[in-house]
Amino acid sequence: MVNRETEPIFWTLFSAGGVVAALFLPIQLFIFAFAVPLGWMHAPAYDSLRALAHSPITRLYLLVLCSLPLFHFAHRFRYTLYDGLQIKHLNEVVFFGCYGIAILGTVAAAYLMWIL
Amino acid sequence: MSSHGQAATPAQASPAPSHSASPAYTEFHPRWYRPKISTYWWLGKWAYVKFILRELSSVAVAWTVALILAQVWSLIRGPEAYSRFVRVMSSRWMIALNVIAFAFLLLHSITWFNLAPKAMVVRVGGKRLPAALISGPQYLAWIVISAIVLAIVISRG
Repeated sequence: MVNRETEPIFWTLFSAGGVVAALFLPIQLFIFAFAVPLGWMHAPAYDSLRALAHSPITRLYLLVLCSLPLFHFAHRFRYTLYDGLQIKHLNEVVFFGCYGIAILGTVAAAYLMWIL
Repeated sequence: MSSHGQAATPAQASPAPSHSASPAYTEFHPRWYRPKISTYWWLGKWAYVKFILRELSSVAVAWTVALILAQVWSLIRGPEAYSRFVRVMSSRWMIALNVIAFAFLLLHSITWFNLAPKAMVVRVGGKRLPAALISGPQYLAWIVISAIVLAIVISRG
């Protein structure tokens, strides 16, 4: 759990994930949630997008893009529940729930990049 | 100890309450004074609302990651699964949901870049670097990175 020794690790993950999320996620969502579905840009064909995703650099990029922001989410959402809802008695449930999502998401991302 | 002497005048004949006597042993732990704070404490002030909205942007971050994972999964499963993914992304409720998510992502980016000068104090020649010189390059990096990602995807179109 979070204590004097482990807090810097969680905070570093939060911070690194915050940077990745701030720099990369808006454009990623913009392209695939608006530009492609609404026809603002020519949608990439399946084969060329698959080929792009398949390259080792893209796979590494996608792994980082998915993993670090999830740890950012875990830290921030945990404290949102802590400050906002004041559910102190559920502290451990919230902790394992939030970081569980981050770890499961990272494992899922790593698996997908492996079989991509 | 004059006040103590006054308190002990015979005028107060009623039996003294227990707490004025020497603290007696009680098997219960004393209750701390902890005023109950409403769950909606943050609604009172715009600064607090902004704080909670900023913290809630993390949900949009997780949502966007989930979408990316779903997209990669559909790419792996084949052309049919991928076109199904694009169809779901085109549905009206999905667009509406993503408009909200996108607004929160922008809120995260802007507050993150603006926070950096406060979290990181850079001194050059004994003088603190102005905030604009720390958040400025991050905005620049944001624009450049967005342009590069967009160009890469467009080149595949």
